[in-house]
Amino acid sequence: MQYLFFLLAAISVITALVVVAAKSPINSVIALVLCFLSIAGHYILLNAQFLAMVHVIVYTGAILVLMLFVIMLLNMNTIVEVRKPVITRILAVVTGGLLFLVLLAATKQGLSVDVPTGFDPGVGLVKRIGMSLFQDFLLPFEVSSVLFLSAMVGAMMLAKKDGTENVNLPPSSEPDLRQAGPNDSAA
Amino acid sequence: MENVMTAIRVVPLEHYLILSFLLFSIGMVGALVRRNIIIVIMCLELMLNSVNLLLVAFSAYHSDPGGQVMVFFIMLVAAAEVTVGLSILVLMKRNTDGVDMNILNRLKW
Repeated sequence: MQYLFFLLAAISVITALVVVAAKSPINSVIALVLCFLSIAGHYILLNAQFLAMVHVIVYTGAILVLMLFVIMLLNMNTIVEVRKPVITRILAVVTGGLLFLVLLAATKQGLSVDVPTGFDPGVGLVKRIGMSLFQDFLLPFEVSSVLFLSAMVGAMMLAKKDGTENVNLPPSSEPDLRQAGPNDSAA
Repeated sequence: MENVMTAIRVVPLEHYLILSFLLFSIGMVGALVRRNIIIVIMCLELMLNSVNLLLVAFSAYHSDPGGQVMVFFIMLVAAAEVTVGLSILVLMKRNTDGVDMNILNRLKW
C-alpha cells in the first residue's frame, strides 16, 4: 500500500514539473491531466470516493477540456513565448525552494497529529458527505449557485464580441468582403 | 474496503504534507517563471489542488467530513474562476494578439 502512495506521489510531482517546464501549452495541459488523475488516485487511497469522482468529472472532464478547447481555438501553439531573463528565473526557483523549506520547518515541530484509533472509515462516502453538505453547509451550497450564475453571466459578457470595443479590426474590412462577393460571382 | 483503508494506517500524515508542499511550491515557481498566461492559470489550478489534497488527508485522518465539503466548495470556486479567467484570456488574445503576461503591466497606471 505504501508503494502505491509513493508511485502516485512520484507521478504527481513529475507531471507537475512537466507542466512548468514544457514548451508547448498542449503538453502542459496533458501533463496536468495526468497530475490531476494521480491526485484522484490519492483521494481513492484516502477513501474519499465522492471527491475522487467529482475531481475527475470537474477537473479532467470540464476544466482541462475547456483549456484544450481555448488553446486549439486560439491557435496558441504557434505563439513563441518570450522567456523571462535568467536572473528572474533563478530567483523564482530559489523563492519556491525557500517557501518549501519554510513550510516544512513550520510543520516539523508543531504538528504532532495522533491518528485516533477508533476512526471512521466511511467518512468520505457519498452518504456522509451528502448529510454534512445538506445539514451543516446548506447556506454556502445555495450561495455557490449564485456564484456560478454570476460567473456564467460574467464570462458571456466578457467574451461577447461587440462592435464598439473591437478597435483592432479596420472599419473597411466589412465592405471589402461585401464588394468581393459580387465581383467573384460576376467573374 | 479494508485493504484500501490500510493506507491511513501505513502512510503517515507527514508524507501527505510533504507532497502537498512540493506541489504548491512547483505551482508557485511556475506562476513566477512563465509568461504565457494560460500556463499561469494552470499553475494556479495546481496550487489549489495541492491544498485540496492536504484538506482531504486531514479530513480522512481526523474522521471529519467537514474538510471534504470544504474541498467540494473549493472545486466550485475553481470552476467559476477558470471560466472567467479563460474568457479574459480570449478577450486579451483578441485585443492584443498575444497571451503575454507583461502586457498587463499597463493596468498599473
